Amino acid sequence: MRLTGAQILVKELIALGVDEIFGYPGGSVLDIYDELYKNRDKIKHYITAHEQGAAHAADGYARRSGRTGVVLATSGPGATNLVTGIATAYLDSVPLVAITGNVSTKLIGKDSFQEVNIVGITMPVTKHNYIVERVSDLRKILREAFFIANDGRPGPVLIDIPKDIQRDSAEYDEAESFTFTSRRHASDFKIEKVCAMLKAAKRPYIYAGGGAVISGASSELRAFSERIDAPVATSLMGVTAVPASFSGALGMAGMHGRYAASKALAECDLLIAVGVRFSDRATGNKDMFVKNCKVLQFDIDRAEVNKNIKADEYVVGGIKEILSGILRVLPKLDNKDWLDYVSVLKGSPENLLATSDNALTPKFVIENTCESIGRGASVATDVGQHQMWTAQYYRFEEPRTFITSGGLGTMGYGMGAAIGACIGSKKKRSILFTSDGSFHMNLNELATAVTNELPLTVVLLDNNALGMVRQWQTMFYDKHYSETALNRKTDYVKLAEAFGAKGFGAKNKEEFLAALRAVRDLDTPALIHCTIDSDENVFPMIPPNGTINDIIIR
Amino acid sequence: MNQNKHTIFLLVANKHGVLTRISGLFAKRAYNIDNLSVGRTDDPEISRMTVVVECGEALVEQIVQQLRKLVDVIAAEAADPQNTVERELLLVKIKNCADTGGQLTEAVNIFRGRVVDMTPDSLIVEITGEEDKLNAFINYVQKFGVVELSRTGVTALERGKTALAERSESWT
Repeated sequence: MRLTGAQILVKELIALGVDEIFGYPGGSVLDIYDELYKNRDKIKHYITAHEQGAAHAADGYARRSGRTGVVLATSGPGATNLVTGIATAYLDSVPLVAITGNVSTKLIGKDSFQEVNIVGITMPVTKHNYIVERVSDLRKILREAFFIANDGRPGPVLIDIPKDIQRDSAEYDEAESFTFTSRRHASDFKIEKVCAMLKAAKRPYIYAGGGAVISGASSELRAFSERIDAPVATSLMGVTAVPASFSGALGMAGMHGRYAASKALAECDLLIAVGVRFSDRATGNKDMFVKNCKVLQFDIDRAEVNKNIKADEYVVGGIKEILSGILRVLPKLDNKDWLDYVSVLKGSPENLLATSDNALTPKFVIENTCESIGRGASVATDVGQHQMWTAQYYRFEEPRTFITSGGLGTMGYGMGAAIGACIGSKKKRSILFTSDGSFHMNLNELATAVTNELPLTVVLLDNNALGMVRQWQTMFYDKHYSETALNRKTDYVKLAEAFGAKGFGAKNKEEFLAALRAVRDLDTPALIHCTIDSDENVFPMIPPNGTINDIIIR
Repeated sequence: MNQNKHTIFLLVANKHGVLTRISGLFAKRAYNIDNLSVGRTDDPEISRMTVVVECGEALVEQIVQQLRKLVDVIAAEAADPQNTVERELLLVKIKNCADTGGQLTEAVNIFRGRVVDMTPDSLIVEITGEEDKLNAFINYVQKFGVVELSRTGVTALERGKTALAERSESWT
């Protein structure tokens, strides 16, 4: 059977199990959109307000569901608008397949209308990318792209398809099958050595990251923690790796991590790194970070070993497999004294998160949102103070429910991501914690949420400032508030209503609780505008390149 | 040889864009390429690259691991300097002023080079050898007037009967 490139693409997407994609049509993808039209009963396409929103939505969809996110855009500006979204997914290891149209092959390189070399542009922020040169290659490329996006450490892959390739036809044999070789590093699992190291430790400490969440190792991680009497702290990406209610959980470590998490880390004799990449925001001063302990590292990506922190021993592989392997052979280890000490740290006054007595505080907003509408919800954030507050105050119980841009720190990520997470959770409630700064970047996607009648609640913490930058100016730049006082006159309630969403304003606790009560019964988009003080800062804080000795508690 | 120079062997898919991917990786991670050469192997679908990097010992391992993640990289390995044969080819064009006392001819002979082209007012010398030898030759012939020169970059093979492809099987 002969099919066109566009037909092959859509047929293969369906065969790969893709039934929801995000995108934005345009001149160079008309043929693909025509095929999508014919197959609209099999693939639901969500059009966003901007391609960046589509890329973040596909990313949020993938993070929430564990499936591969798919985003489609036209050539030129359509393609370049995806770049921030692709880079965001790359830094946080999200399986994403981005498909772009391009001008016809004979027009490539001639500076044609809406032509851009998107393969060149995205090379540093994709695991791999392709420009399809022959329609007969398309099927294999698409299969391989999905394979690569999910093989080992996940990440984005881009496929650029020139317009003539979409229209040309090739023989399509349904029975043809493809196999690809995994590029995962096969390390011999020196389990005796690992177990000996665990047995020798008197003060073991588990530091879990995004790898533990991606690999679905939550229950193994809890069992491992109990088996070796080690507390579990997480990186920002690992916040949902263990439930907040788990007795061994210390919360997040790092620049804005909990006191007990940072203190115990500084005093452990064995740091067990479980799918973390030791970002500078997590480690602070790298020379001091593991000065007093040995490091045992588990990661699926061999290149993460010794990249930022030198490991004394490591195992390369999926976190779930590694932990189950250890759990099969390792007897119960007793480090009760250490656990007792850690629980003293946990109960210490320094470990309490500071809060102000302002009329409305981030702590109050986030804790009450969690309690009132948090059950079963996905929680997305933008980037800045509100993101850290969410990581600190929100009690996450389920893996994959915290959707946040950790590595790239993309302001404007939240709206698209919250939409994607909502769709990726079969339209269960999605909560976006955002701020006046981040929200203004991509608030256009409110339109997408309204059109699709998504149960999305935007909780906007408005401090009339670019809060995180302002906090650094307060602490390190002599309160020179250079361009961080926003003084915008946006009426967020009217704005929400203009988009067709419900809007609520809250200046104090009573108003906020009333808004939450109203939102609880809504299954359509709503926004709660929370006015908070500009001087609310994120604490604790270990200043950049600092150690536990530099921690500022409040 | 400079203690901080390390040679990395690579087998890569012989497709367009591969060189961009490799050099792009070096650029984005701020690895310093000192020298790079590339050519097709006996298998037309595979090219071999030799990259000389300037960095500390610990970073070489990291560079090799990052290279291995590229889809088009078939094999990547850091060379054992004690066990590696390295060569580079140099073409240098020299102003053909009178070769006073045969000094230039003597130098070409001592360096085991050859004159491969001659015009009334220029000649081209070809020299093969290790980097340091080529540097020494270039320094010496400056006085005759170097018009321009071109070097291929280092190419290298490890001693012994095994091939890079076999040695690297363990990591995929």
